[in-house]
Amino acid sequence: MMRELFYDPFAMGFMRRALAGCVALSLAAPPLGVVLVLRRMSMTSDSLQHGILPGIAVGAMLGGLSVWAMALGGFVAGLAVALLAGWLARATNGREDSQFAGLYLVALAAGVAIVAATRSIDLTHLLFGSVLAVDDSALLLIAAVASIAIAGLAIIWRPLVMESFDPFFLRAVGGRGGVWHLAFMALVVLCVVGGFAALGTLMSIGLMMLPAVAARHWSTELPGQVRAAVLMALIASLAGLLASYHADIPAGPAVILAAGTLWAASHLAGRRESVLSRMRRPHLHA
Amino acid sequence: MTPPPIHLRDLTCTHERHPAVHHLSGCFAPGSLTAIVGPNGAGKTTLLATLAGLHAQFDGTIDRGGLRPAEIGLLPQASTLDRGFPIACADVVAAGAWGRFGAFRAWRQADAAAAALARVGLRGFERRPIGSLSAGQFQRVLFARLIVQDAPVLLLDEPTTGVDARTADDLLAIMREWHAQGRTVIAVLHDLDLVARAFPETLLLARAPIAWGRTATVLTAENRLRARLVAEAWPTHAEPCAVAA
Repeated sequence: MMRELFYDPFAMGFMRRALAGCVALSLAAPPLGVVLVLRRMSMTSDSLQHGILPGIAVGAMLGGLSVWAMALGGFVAGLAVALLAGWLARATNGREDSQFAGLYLVALAAGVAIVAATRSIDLTHLLFGSVLAVDDSALLLIAAVASIAIAGLAIIWRPLVMESFDPFFLRAVGGRGGVWHLAFMALVVLCVVGGFAALGTLMSIGLMMLPAVAARHWSTELPGQVRAAVLMALIASLAGLLASYHADIPAGPAVILAAGTLWAASHLAGRRESVLSRMRRPHLHA
Repeated sequence: MTPPPIHLRDLTCTHERHPAVHHLSGCFAPGSLTAIVGPNGAGKTTLLATLAGLHAQFDGTIDRGGLRPAEIGLLPQASTLDRGFPIACADVVAAGAWGRFGAFRAWRQADAAAAALARVGLRGFERRPIGSLSAGQFQRVLFARLIVQDAPVLLLDEPTTGVDARTADDLLAIMREWHAQGRTVIAVLHDLDLVARAFPETLLLARAPIAWGRTATVLTAENRLRARLVAEAWPTHAEPCAVAA
């Protein structure tokens, strides 16, 4: 019974590849998501998902359906959107989210136009991917992207956290806030792009944001929230893939729904600020 | 500890060309303890930001005597920070060591952070999340960060705003200790009784400087009335300033 439920599905090569890809993404994306939440940029990942489209379309046009060509195009386009939004906001004292909104709409329209003109790629495939068709090339891409994202975030972690909490202090002591922000955005773009080819952008963003949003119910400190988010992403990946196999639903949405379930469970029964934690115990003496 | 003097020469700090600080000249002497007072909108916060190197739109010159950015400690207005951020007190306090260790070198500041927290009356608060602190305790944490930073010049923006009398007294004691150690301390304050009681020097600012010098000679009824007459809003269609730079 246990063997049928948990082991047999992964006897299939495609399931093992899908799991490996999801695990790589689960290690890399949630920490980025936690920082995005703290910087009040939760919707940015969503904007980027649209922002990378023209780059992916151009990549597909020039490089055929090579994952690497599309990823490179997407990375360039996403980075352009992120850097331009960050630069516009800082140079003109505007709000970054509004610059993002403007840029991603333009990028999305350009992407759709390019896709329509060249018939280079199927848009549904772009959004939802096909987790169960992860080939070696795509797996390598995800692994490379995840490795860079984890190492990169570890390197910029200290200045990034300080800049998120108290940007003026960091600038006042000569810490150059903008550099860390742009480096961080580059990692986010990388992660969004890395997940798209096999997993679809919905999936890479779902694994980035849903566990990150749920994480605040599990710890009052940043390291604890990151650990919780990664753990939830891993659980969601495994549960989603198994549900997909047994119930015959598409794997991408299944993983995201599993992550969504964990998010709901965190709201209800998380260690802090949840429905349960508010009602169960008597108040303390002091 | 002898910080260099900070000379201001015809300093005008602007927002979109409108002056927030207008033609200010003078000197913060080494080891001086100065209060900056004036009505809301008088340019006090802008002046501190400019001194700290955070506000780049200004005419005239500031001579910081070669101080590095990390050698100027800044206490921001507490309301500008995200108090819901999931970070523990000790981590906020340890960040004061940034100027010595920078972004990448290992810092072992646990002892320094604990000692600084104890100095501000928060012994044992190391792992408490800042979200659980009262306004007064949070201000104490920001003071502890300045203690770790150990800067020769300190710029404090409304250090006693929103805190109770006991906390204000404790924070004042720390400011006096910094003064006694020879640091230059510059604080924006609204509590004129506190200024008269504890600050030897005062700069009364109402965009233009009204008076700068010994507190008793600055905080006269006449000067305070002049400061109060400055309109809070500036005219939308102002002419270019006629005073030669």
